[in-house]
Amino acid sequence: MSGFSDVKKIFGGGTTSTARQAGILLSLVAIVLVFQFWTNGLTLTPGNLIAVVNQYSYILILAIGMVMVIIAGHIDLSVGSVAAFTGIIVAKAMADFDLPWPLAIVLGLVVGALIGAWQGFWVAYVGVPAFIVTLAGMLIFRGGNQYIGAATAVPVPEGFTVIGAGYLPEIGPDTGYNNLTLILGFLAVVAIAWREWRSRRTQAEMGSEMVPVWVSIARVVIIGAVVLYAAFLFAGGRVGTSFPVSGLILVALVVAYSFLTRNTIIGRHIYAVGGNSHAAELSGVKSKRVNFFVMMNMSILAGLAGMIFIARAGASGGQDGNGWELDAIAAAFIGGTAVAGGVGTVIGAIIGGLVMAFLNNGLQLVGAGADLVQIVKGLVLLLAVAIDVYNRSQGRFSIIGIFRPKRRNGPSDQTPTPTTGTPDTAKPGAVTVNN
Amino acid sequence: MVDQPVILEMRSITKEFPGVKALSDVSIAVRAGEVHAICGENGAGKSTLMKVLSGVYPYGTYEGQIVYQTEEVRFRDIRSSEAAGIVIIHQELALIPELSITENIFLGNEPGRGGVINWKEAKKRAVQLLARVGLRDDPDTLIKDIGVGKQQLVEIAKALNKDVKLLILDEPTAALNENDSQHLLDLIVGLKGKGIASIIISHKLNEIEQIADSITIIRDGKTIETLDVRGGDVNEDRIIRGMVGRSLQSRFPDRTPHVGEVFFEVKNWTVQHPLVPERLVCKNESFTVRKGEIVGFAGLMGAGRTELAMSIFGRSYGTFVEGQVFKDGKEIQLRNVSEAIDQGLAYVSEDRKSLGLNLLDDIKRSVVSAKLGKISRGQVVDDFKEHAIADEYRKSLRIKTPTVDEGVSKLSGGNQQKVVLAKWMFTDPDLLILDEPTRGIDVGAKFEIYGIIQQLAAQGKGVIVISSELPELIGLSDRIYTIFEGQITNEFTSAEAEPEMLMKSMTSTSKKAEAA
Ligand SMILES: Nc1ncnc2c1ncn2[C@@H]1O[C@H](COP(=O)(O)OP(=O)(O)OP(=O)(O)O)[C@@H](O)[C@H]1O
Ligand SMILES: [Mg+2]
Repeated sequence: MSGFSDVKKIFGGGTTSTARQAGILLSLVAIVLVFQFWTNGLTLTPGNLIAVVNQYSYILILAIGMVMVIIAGHIDLSVGSVAAFTGIIVAKAMADFDLPWPLAIVLGLVVGALIGAWQGFWVAYVGVPAFIVTLAGMLIFRGGNQYIGAATAVPVPEGFTVIGAGYLPEIGPDTGYNNLTLILGFLAVVAIAWREWRSRRTQAEMGSEMVPVWVSIARVVIIGAVVLYAAFLFAGGRVGTSFPVSGLILVALVVAYSFLTRNTIIGRHIYAVGGNSHAAELSGVKSKRVNFFVMMNMSILAGLAGMIFIARAGASGGQDGNGWELDAIAAAFIGGTAVAGGVGTVIGAIIGGLVMAFLNNGLQLVGAGADLVQIVKGLVLLLAVAIDVYNRSQGRFSIIGIFRPKRRNGPSDQTPTPTTGTPDTAKPGAVTVNN
Repeated sequence: MVDQPVILEMRSITKEFPGVKALSDVSIAVRAGEVHAICGENGAGKSTLMKVLSGVYPYGTYEGQIVYQTEEVRFRDIRSSEAAGIVIIHQELALIPELSITENIFLGNEPGRGGVINWKEAKKRAVQLLARVGLRDDPDTLIKDIGVGKQQLVEIAKALNKDVKLLILDEPTAALNENDSQHLLDLIVGLKGKGIASIIISHKLNEIEQIADSITIIRDGKTIETLDVRGGDVNEDRIIRGMVGRSLQSRFPDRTPHVGEVFFEVKNWTVQHPLVPERLVCKNESFTVRKGEIVGFAGLMGAGRTELAMSIFGRSYGTFVEGQVFKDGKEIQLRNVSEAIDQGLAYVSEDRKSLGLNLLDDIKRSVVSAKLGKISRGQVVDDFKEHAIADEYRKSLRIKTPTVDEGVSKLSGGNQQKVVLAKWMFTDPDLLILDEPTRGIDVGAKFEIYGIIQQLAAQGKGVIVISSELPELIGLSDRIYTIFEGQITNEFTSAEAEPEMLMKSMTSTSKKAEAA
């Protein structure tokens, strides 16, 4: 009974959605390794990793909000325009009215919230499909950006650039590495181990089934090793660079929103509304509020992404955020989000976004032009979703499926639980292990 | 029948789902021109067996052999089984509500040439087909505008159009009233006369007894026995013994009612149809529920029972016009569902798939979904508590699943109903409204659900049961209201309630004295 199904548990509890996630994760690892060889080791260098984070953190932030919107059964096409609109207002406020930059960030979030409330109102309370509302928003706020900016670039002050181009500062003794980045890496590993230990303890208390100890250990060791390796890479870059501040913001948001979607009442309600809104309403879920929340939240995150972008670029311009919505939507779908809503995870969308990021980056490193990059990205999106759809129609649930030989009996990546149910379920023949 | 040749034989069928062996070594033989019933408890594997037969689960995803008209067949999909004359009508109807009867009948089989549909021809044939199933409706009527009973007949007309030789009906009468059911059963027997064999799955054993020629009983994915109805003395008790492995002494658990004070009262409840304001779906209805009492609502399909229940449950149906609700002597406001839940109301919908459950969710999340606050600290859901609570319900309601992490879409119909029940029991309601709670549920589970209902009443809760099965209402209720065209026509105590009297009040506004 051990073997592949236990190995899979390292990356997930054996439920369908985690199994799908594990598949996407494997693809990400594969892509990174392929480019690592293809670029003769250029991909996994400190400089390149830092560049990837700098270039994609704002897209990944958008993906967090987008996956929630899609889970609830909507779509948001306006995020690029909203980001650009927020960006120009924030830049103008600092340039023309000398608004201190911390206050400008608050202003940006407020602008995002107001735009979100506007779009959420139409979607949730009037019932206009989000596709239409945000298509309108895409035009309105793009136009708004160009009207306010008068089609010129508005520079932002030095202090503000920290959120887009800043790095963790150097502190402590000179170790040849950025100490703060290393410390953060170690803390992350400790947190991962602690979470694993705590969840095992609670499971033991509740008397529910547990994965074997070696699976837990393997999980902590593998994930911990990856995190530490990344920490050393980030810490070992050119002097003055280290883990980017925008990456830090991203990590904080991922942790917070993963928790929100998985463990809170509002999170559950988002899935409920997306899965079956009638049933959700009859269970006491206020679906209008949920819809309003996801739309508003998306625009706030778009505002944040817009600010990070202009902070990195040093100025706000009329073409900022063009096409971001497509990258964010693609990230969510590559990450296993269901087109019809109800299914998806923040972590999945982030992995999906990283797939896009490393593809983009890798192709650029090997010298491919923007044209080719787009073609490849389009094909990857199509392929990822197609594989997922195919696997589901076959009763299988993840991309892992294609890495394994086919079996006649409709194999599945679900891990059966041996302790309950009929004796049949505990028989090795009843599960799909390809030893 | 025994002399007829076997037209279909399924040999040693084994079908596994991840973690569940739904069928193991099941065999069944159907003779030409017979009505063959398949009986078994919820989750026994009946629907799965039929999905194997009809190509929903294609050749290669199961083990065993299907021999049809003396040849081994290997269906790739539903189309290939239909081409062979095997047509399945699923537990959930597969008609498209926004299309007309004609369009539905010919969907995927449109008459015409070069992709251009010949509507004249289609309509002509539709009328003929409708006549064969005893429908006289205009073939241009939209499906959503005809009742479930007629929809079921349209499904059969659609099957007849495909030149069916073996018709499979999975719980065809679950959502039908007695008249419509009878009509459908007569039709099946009629088709038999024309050489069309049927396989029917039903939990209504009286119907099985009435029309089946032979019965195959499945328990836990295994064939138990095949009974020859015409040859021997097969009755309901005999079937039940096969299904559950023992006799059921009575259909209702013993109970001594302890009925207390009136604690819930509805006065002058009036509600408009959501789209047609002139139409009142509830006309000035008033009723009471006492503590510890089981109150039955009897009425025909469309009488407005579900509408009454849903409009009280946080105005989930129609447009509220007037009326008051009192609980424990105080007037309460139930303006939306969460208010209703907070006031201790629970409503178990008759339509578990579209209104009761989120089919994308797993069992544990479904169970706690109506009262997440109960297992949350602040806004944070405690998922270990969630697992533990769901597991308790799994055990106490005997939900057949290996784990509560399983998706609800993978449960059999009856087990899904138990999940919905668990979901509302978890809200710990004072008044539980059950709308057709035993639809599609096997005898054993029915007995259990009756027991659960009675337990809830014994705890002092009020229970309202809406049911189209009069014996169930009579056996279960302490008091029964009859509803006709959105009006409460009469009220009977359990001692008074007789099927004929109830029926009279369900079909006219006559008063009790006249009815008696
Ligand atoms: N797609 C699926 N994936 C996993 N398990 C399934 C799936 N479909 C059915 N099962 C399981 O197979 C068993 C048989 O289910 P089936 O639907 O055939 O029961 P049934 O006899 O039709 O019950 P009911 O009377 O409640 O409709 C059940 O334990 C069910 O949980
Ligand atoms: Mg079934």
